Amino acid sequence: MPWDLDNDRPIYLQLMERIRQDIVSGVYKPGDKLPSVRELALDAAVNPNTMQKALSELERDGLVYSKRTSGRYITEDETMLKQLKDELALTHIRQFFDQMKQLGFEEKEILSMIQEALKEET
Amino acid sequence: MTPILECKGLSQRYNSTFNTIDNLNLTLERGQIVGLLGPNGSGKTTLIKLINGLLAPASGNVLIDGRLPGIETKKIISYLPERTYLDSSMKVADALAYFTDFYADFRPDRAHRMLNDLGIDINARLKTLSKGTKEKVQLILVMSRDALLYILDEPIGGVDPAARDYILRTILMNYNENATILLSTHLIQDIENVLDRVIFLQRGRAVLNATVDEIRMEQRKSVDILFREVFRC
Repeated sequence: MPWDLDNDRPIYLQLMERIRQDIVSGVYKPGDKLPSVRELALDAAVNPNTMQKALSELERDGLVYSKRTSGRYITEDETMLKQLKDELALTHIRQFFDQMKQLGFEEKEILSMIQEALKEET
Repeated sequence: MTPILECKGLSQRYNSTFNTIDNLNLTLERGQIVGLLGPNGSGKTTLIKLINGLLAPASGNVLIDGRLPGIETKKIISYLPERTYLDSSMKVADALAYFTDFYADFRPDRAHRMLNDLGIDINARLKTLSKGTKEKVQLILVMSRDALLYILDEPIGGVDPAARDYILRTILMNYNENATILLSTHLIQDIENVLDRVIFLQRGRAVLNATVDEIRMEQRKSVDILFREVFRC
C-alpha cells in the first residue's frame, strides 16, 4: 500500500514524519534495523532519492544512525525517543486547539469539554 | 562525469512556420527519474525521437553520454515508444528471444520473473493480449535491459489505475541508481511521487526544470496543480 501523502508539501518531509510516527508507535523498536532505501521507497511508492534524503535528514537529527556496511538503525537513546514522543503529542494538541479556536471556543470551554468527553468515554 | 543527456540549441520543425522543438537547452545528470511534462503538441514525442535518432535536428544537437545519436547510443538507451513496434503475430517468448538477440544488456531472467509475477503466458501471441497486458509486456522488455538511459514515452497512458501502480513499481524496482529515466506523461498526479525532477515543455521550450520537492517547497502546491495553472486553456 503506497503511503498516504499530501500533495502540497515536500515529499521528503512527509516521509520523515511517517517514519518518526512509526518509531513512536512501535512499528520500529529502539535498535531495530530499518529496511533498505529501496525497500522503503517501494513500500511508500516514492522516488528512492527522496527516501534517501528523508533518511539522511533523520540521521542528522540523530534519530537513526548508520553502521558502515550494514545499514541504518533506530537510535537506542531513550531520552531522545521520549522527547520525540512528547513533540508529536504537542503537535497534535496544538492542531486540536487551533481547530477548536476556529470553531470559536475559548480555552476554558475547550478544557471543560475535554473533561466531559473523557467522563463519557470511561 | 559527462551528463547522460545534453541538448544544445536544439531545434526541429515540420514546416517553416513553427518550431516543434525551439532552441532547447537541457542537461540531465545521472541517477534520477525525470518527468517530461507538457500538453498535447508541446514537443514531448518529438524531443524523444530526436534523442533516439529517429528524427534529425534542424539545428543544434543532442548528446547522449557525450555522443551524437547512433549505434553506440542505442546500446545504452532503452526506449519505450508511444506505439508498439513488435509484430503482433509474435509470441511473448519470441519477443524475449528477439530482445536477447538484439541487446547485449538484456536480462532474460529478469523479464521471465516479471512476466511470471503477472501470470502472463509466454506462449501467448501478442495479438491475443489485452491492450493493458501488451503495454506491460513492452515495459517489461524495456526495463529488463541494463541501460544507462531509459526513455519511456507515455508508459502509463493506456492502462487502468491498478496496472499503473504495477508499472510504477516495476520502474522503481528495476531502476539502478546510476541510470536515468526520462518519462513523458500527462497523468502527473499518478507519477509525481516517483519523480526526482520535472521538465515542463511548452511550444518546444523548457519553461520549467525543477525538482518535485523544490516546486512543493516554493509554490506550496503539487506539480499536478502547477501544471494545470501553467497550461490553463
